[in-house]
Amino acid sequence: MSGPSPVKIRVEGLFKEFRTKKGAVSVLEGVDLEVLTGEFVAIVGPSGCGKSTLLNCIAGFEKTTTGTLLIDGAPVTQPSRKRVFVFQETGIFPWLTVSENVGFGLFDRSAKERDGIVAKNVALVGLEGFEKAYPAELSGGMKQRVEFARALAVESDVLFLDEPFGALDAFTRLEMRREIARIWKATGKTCLLVTHDVEEALELADRVAVMTRRPARIAKVVDVNLSRPRDSDDPAFRALKDGIFDFLGVERRV
Amino acid sequence: MLSRIRRILRPFLGIAFFILLWHLATLGNKRTDVAGPYLTLLGLRDLLLQGVLLKNIVASVFRVAWGFALAALVGIPLGLALGRFAVLNQLFNPPVQILRPISPIAWLPIATLLFGRVRWFDPSDLAAIFLIFLASFFSITTSTASAVANIETKYVRSAQNLGVTGLRFATKVLLPAAMPQILTGLRITLGIAWVVVVAAEMLGVSSGLGFQVNDARNNLRYDIVLAAMVVIGLIGLLLDAAMRSIEKAELTRRGILRAN
Ligand SMILES: Nc1ncnc2c1ncn2[C@@H]1O[C@H](COP(=O)(O)OP(=O)(O)OP(=O)(O)O)[C@@H](O)[C@H]1O
Ligand SMILES: [Mg+2]
Repeated sequence: MSGPSPVKIRVEGLFKEFRTKKGAVSVLEGVDLEVLTGEFVAIVGPSGCGKSTLLNCIAGFEKTTTGTLLIDGAPVTQPSRKRVFVFQETGIFPWLTVSENVGFGLFDRSAKERDGIVAKNVALVGLEGFEKAYPAELSGGMKQRVEFARALAVESDVLFLDEPFGALDAFTRLEMRREIARIWKATGKTCLLVTHDVEEALELADRVAVMTRRPARIAKVVDVNLSRPRDSDDPAFRALKDGIFDFLGVERRV
Repeated sequence: MLSRIRRILRPFLGIAFFILLWHLATLGNKRTDVAGPYLTLLGLRDLLLQGVLLKNIVASVFRVAWGFALAALVGIPLGLALGRFAVLNQLFNPPVQILRPISPIAWLPIATLLFGRVRWFDPSDLAAIFLIFLASFFSITTSTASAVANIETKYVRSAQNLGVTGLRFATKVLLPAAMPQILTGLRITLGIAWVVVVAAEMLGVSSGLGFQVNDARNNLRYDIVLAAMVVIGLIGLLLDAAMRSIEKAELTRRGILRAN
């Protein structure tokens, strides 16, 4: 790509309050974030700091209270097929087969066109031969692949990933991290990943945004200028990781 | 192996115990009194020989099937809408909840008034079907609405995110997502409908198992009364088992239950 990439997502001074029976709960208190086109940005932070809420706002699932929230220069008012959310415990539909799930957002295409796109994306995530299977017959990692394929099939240009590997075991998680890195490289989509796993964030992202709890905002953005594939034992990698843990005030040794 | 045999035998033991109690409680009774198990068995034989049992079973099942099916046809879409749209729920839930506790039998005078003049169809059949419809409709609507309200947010959001809305959303996401709970609601409702049909047939009809019970009582044949009751119980059990197997098939397909 030539020249600097344009800004894809711009978040400025974003506030979000939830109205509850006990009054208003302030969850986002002035979040600033910028994501460039094709960039992979990860958001890390302690549990309950508002990461999911932020991602839900950017995806258009939650209304923001005040602040600027632009994607491609336009305010976000509702979810769109251009920007697809990947859920933690897979949001694929258990009552549909793999290919029905992958083709779910393609209802306005012709059957022939849809079949072509489904086949292409099923192949991209390596699920050939499972087109007719129901999610119940798949492993956790395979379900997650179906969800990626579903998100890619609608030709979205942004993927929102809210702890997409959180429900998987350690081995599968590692495998899926490699998978998402590969998909990201192959498709050039803008990715915004929320995770509480600093190592995962550093392995995948171009930049890591660190969120704090009080005030609930992004306090620091770390550039990850490491070549891929990344090695978590690399001293530079470790230094970045230590930096983030120190910043969050977390004792790493058990 | 032995424990499995025990598990299979235990229900039969329970039934045997119940029959023994029944036998002891009705010891020495004639058929004009509350009949014991043996007289009931003879009554069942008489009932079969009279050749009306099958006709009465068909009549009752026919009424339940129509009333229940119509109620599902109207109640499921209405329940989907009530569960999905808060405004509709605020508007229509109160009347549904007020009408629901009224025993369908209380509607019988209205039903006879409504259908009394119908000539193209047996009016007593229509009245019974109407009662079954009422008994099922409020129950199905309420359970469907609560099923929809309990759908996981991520399914609704996934659909929104992929641009699926309106009727497509209702049929491809809302209905299947709520299906396990809707099926449970339908099964419980079918049980209610079966209870109601017998009561409805006690008045103003000349067929069905409820009529059979009443007719036998008028002839002072309590052995046949009890035989008819046994038949009612067994068919109720069968209906429940059928609904359960549909439910189980659905849950298995979703991997909620393990296939075996
Ligand atoms: N709908 C809601 N109504 C009221 N409060 C909410 C709502 N959703 C989230 N919150 C509150 O907002 C805060 C942030 O929640 P959020 O889920 O965004 O955190 P998180 O950073 O994603 O946490 P985790 O790492 O555990 O997933 C929490 O204190 C939570 O209780
Ligand atoms: Mg979260």
